[in-house]
Amino acid sequence: MAILSKEDAKTILQKVVALSKSDGLEASLNGNDGGNIRYARNSVSTAGEDSNVSLAVQSYYGKKSGSATINEFDDASLEKVVRRSEELAQLAPENPEFMEPLGQQQYEETKTFFDSTANITPDYRAQAAANSINPATKKDITAAGYLEDNRGFSAMMNTKGLFAYGKSTRVNFTVTMRTNDGTGSGWVIRDYNDVSKLDTAEASNIAIEKALQSRNAKGIEPGKYTVILEPAAVGDLVGLMLFSMNARQADEGRSFLAKKGGGTKLGEKIVDERINIYTDPSHPEVPALGWAGNGLPRKKLDLIRNGVVSNMIYDRYWASQKNVAPVPFPGNAIIDGGTASIEDMIKDTKKGILVTRFWYIRSVDPQTLLYTGLTRDGTFYIENGKVRYPIKNFRFNESPVIMLNNLETLGKQTRVAGGGGPGGGGSLYLPAMKIRDFTFSSLSDAV
Amino acid sequence: MNRRDFVQLTGLGLGGLLIPSMAGAQIIPHEALLAPALSPQQKKALADAALQTARTAGATYTDVRIGRYLNQFISTREKKVQNITSTESFGAGIRVIVQGTWGFAATNQVTTDGIKAATLRAIAIARANAKFQTEPVKLAPNVSHGEVTWNTPLTRNAFEVPVSEKADLLLQANAAAQSNGASFVNSNLFQINEQKYFASSEGSYIDQDIHRIWPTFTVSVIDRASGKFKSRDAMSAPMGMGYEYLIPKAEDKLKGPEGIVLYRNSYDIIEDAALAARQAKEMIAARSVEPGKYDMVLEPNHLGLTIHESVGHPLELDRVLGYEANFAGTSFVTLEKLNSKSFQYGSKQVNIVADKTQPGSLGAVGYDDEGVKCKRWDLIKDGVLVNLQAIRDQAFMVGEKESHGCCYSQSWSDVQFQRMPNVSLLPGKEPYSSQQMISDVEKGIYIAGRGSYSIDQQRYNFQFGGQVFYEIKNGKITGMLNDVAYQSNTQEFWNSCAKVCDESDYRLFGSFFDGKGQPSQASAVSHGSSTARFNGVNVINTGRTI
Repeated sequence: MAILSKEDAKTILQKVVALSKSDGLEASLNGNDGGNIRYARNSVSTAGEDSNVSLAVQSYYGKKSGSATINEFDDASLEKVVRRSEELAQLAPENPEFMEPLGQQQYEETKTFFDSTANITPDYRAQAAANSINPATKKDITAAGYLEDNRGFSAMMNTKGLFAYGKSTRVNFTVTMRTNDGTGSGWVIRDYNDVSKLDTAEASNIAIEKALQSRNAKGIEPGKYTVILEPAAVGDLVGLMLFSMNARQADEGRSFLAKKGGGTKLGEKIVDERINIYTDPSHPEVPALGWAGNGLPRKKLDLIRNGVVSNMIYDRYWASQKNVAPVPFPGNAIIDGGTASIEDMIKDTKKGILVTRFWYIRSVDPQTLLYTGLTRDGTFYIENGKVRYPIKNFRFNESPVIMLNNLETLGKQTRVAGGGGPGGGGSLYLPAMKIRDFTFSSLSDAV
Repeated sequence: MNRRDFVQLTGLGLGGLLIPSMAGAQIIPHEALLAPALSPQQKKALADAALQTARTAGATYTDVRIGRYLNQFISTREKKVQNITSTESFGAGIRVIVQGTWGFAATNQVTTDGIKAATLRAIAIARANAKFQTEPVKLAPNVSHGEVTWNTPLTRNAFEVPVSEKADLLLQANAAAQSNGASFVNSNLFQINEQKYFASSEGSYIDQDIHRIWPTFTVSVIDRASGKFKSRDAMSAPMGMGYEYLIPKAEDKLKGPEGIVLYRNSYDIIEDAALAARQAKEMIAARSVEPGKYDMVLEPNHLGLTIHESVGHPLELDRVLGYEANFAGTSFVTLEKLNSKSFQYGSKQVNIVADKTQPGSLGAVGYDDEGVKCKRWDLIKDGVLVNLQAIRDQAFMVGEKESHGCCYSQSWSDVQFQRMPNVSLLPGKEPYSSQQMISDVEKGIYIAGRGSYSIDQQRYNFQFGGQVFYEIKNGKITGMLNDVAYQSNTQEFWNSCAKVCDESDYRLFGSFFDGKGQPSQASAVSHGSSTARFNGVNVINTGRTI
């Protein structure tokens, strides 16, 4: 039931639209089947599946709107949810920021759905976990991991003629490998639309190797260091910057993109000129639905080009106030990479630190996008072109804006999971980066 | 992460028509929040069907949770009501032990057939997982409570208050902030009611009605000329109370330094919003802190989060054992440290208790989500680590004969697991006020309110900010500071605790959306304390230029 075809979704939504007695309505139909398996201490701890389909209807009278939801789709239920949304709309206060629904739109067809992922079974998940646990037990290591898969669809229709439909699949796998003496830890992430690309044994072996290599880490003095950030670490920080590129906040003066004396940094260079960041729903490595939740089409669009802010995110209301085209929140982000492998970057480093990932990142100052957090699961000291020894984890205080200004080298691109879940949205395709003067402010004993 | 889900759920508007994402929650008319639920007799009959089905199918233990979870969220900015949404999620979760292995399944078909089918799914999952089980479940004994009830003590159910009255209060707070210089203000009111019925194969039938409330805001002041902006969040605490929390009482207001008003069991949102705007304006021109060692004077609405992160989480037994290794992390606390009975977690001033019974707290319930009667127990006594937090299938691992009663699930559709109880620092025994504490400090910083927070995966190294910072010099506040954060190591920090104010200063802080587990679940927890002093803490300057 959870995955309705385009025709079945359209049939239900057409019935809903035909029931409207208000000035208009917009209806959204979403379904998701998900499954997961979790293991720790080299043993499966929990496993489950869930399934949900829900219809949300928003009716409006002038600038008053009301919403209601339901998860039954017989004619009486559809009538009930439409009437309820109309009653709520009549009782609602006027919302001066209300925008009437969009008319018909053209969307890019994107390849976000893969049968391989849609057909995952509990046995597949159990085997994927076993393939991760077995190599750990052979090496005096304890595995803790989590695999989650989703297949879902989204559809929307309104009384102005808009219809959108998309379906997608996604699988996300993470595992933390800890040596049984408690002194080493490694981690790996894999994120795909197509589960046939996932090999939990291959990924687990990388984490095992990191755990073994990171045993008995030495403490070195905190300070400013050249760092080689693996893609997951880059995504942790740059993803937060992309999330903050909202135009309204910048125009209101409460954003890192707000300018002294008023105005925004749109059109200004804020990071190294080699930094290009864009969104593209059709990108084969990180496909996303061709439309955003508000019905706006997603297209290939620059966010930062040659270090210059090219676009900010405008919701429809704010765009109407500023007489610009609305820009939907991106379904993915791509940062152009280079050709250097991590090994190449290590060879070119006189003194530096290799970072696997960051952890517990929190905003310290939204004005400068200063964040704090820690390294985790594999941090190594590099000297004269070689990894010399594992080092204790550091706390950092750094801004992705400062970090992208201190770029030394762009590496090869990899997909990492951003925020967001099923629906093909939120994934990042980005390079490892070598950055100078990255600020580590204290040491942590955590393994 | 869970707060984001909640906000997404309530973020309706034609700009982004979204489906509720919490446990199949449906948007309902506001008055439906007060519609009667199934009677305890109806719920008992449904639960008995599950218990019988499971017994026949070979389960050695079964529990059934029939839950109706009601939420209302109101959000405003400046003069506008942005959103008022009420939701309901109703269903049942069944947990069984078969062949020494847990199985769990949930359904929103709350009928005899629906519940029986879910029970059989739980049995099938337990049998499948038994193949991978290396440690058979051992449950600590629990007494049968028979048919019992527990309700959050309320003066006024927030759902009985008209939405117009609640929205109007938020708009009044916004107006107070704007008339005191705020450029922007966002205010929100979260209200939650969990109607939970628990039944187990051990003969307990527990009906509970639990309420929580959280009014909050963010006030921002923009200085266009300098390009600076500063924000101050509400000094409220989320509470396990009804709407009475929003009816201010003079006896619940405490005076802090520099005109700060601090709130105990009721909250004056209009007064606080006005003060927030004045303080945010003052921050624009405040001095940037000189980094170095300071004696920190931390009031409860700030210290609560430090307790949460550096004491609450590391003392969760599932983290200690490695069950959370892939996500939240493990803990620097080990069973060896606990069993040594001499691990000096903090100074002698530090007495920390876990308590699931504290009135007004977010964690207060009569019974936990596996039917254990709730209680209070010591975690740190005179600075020494004495206990952890354990549920029924863990109690034997710490040598306890019974569960601590801190098992929780965020909904009927999620499996229950060990969650943090209220964890609180006991007040000092001798009379000592926060004013006296400040006057005894030579070089220090006073911090109020919850700010930025980050801690490593084993809970050694942390960094905390706050809402407002004041410099203390020779016993006097000399002015507001900017760019303050302190970094420390958990054991070092708690051993630097020099003094805790007396009971007259004691208040609760709360965390409404504490996340844990994969898939992640939210829970709400309070942390009580009086203002406390920590000597020689490392303060960094967080000011940057981009």
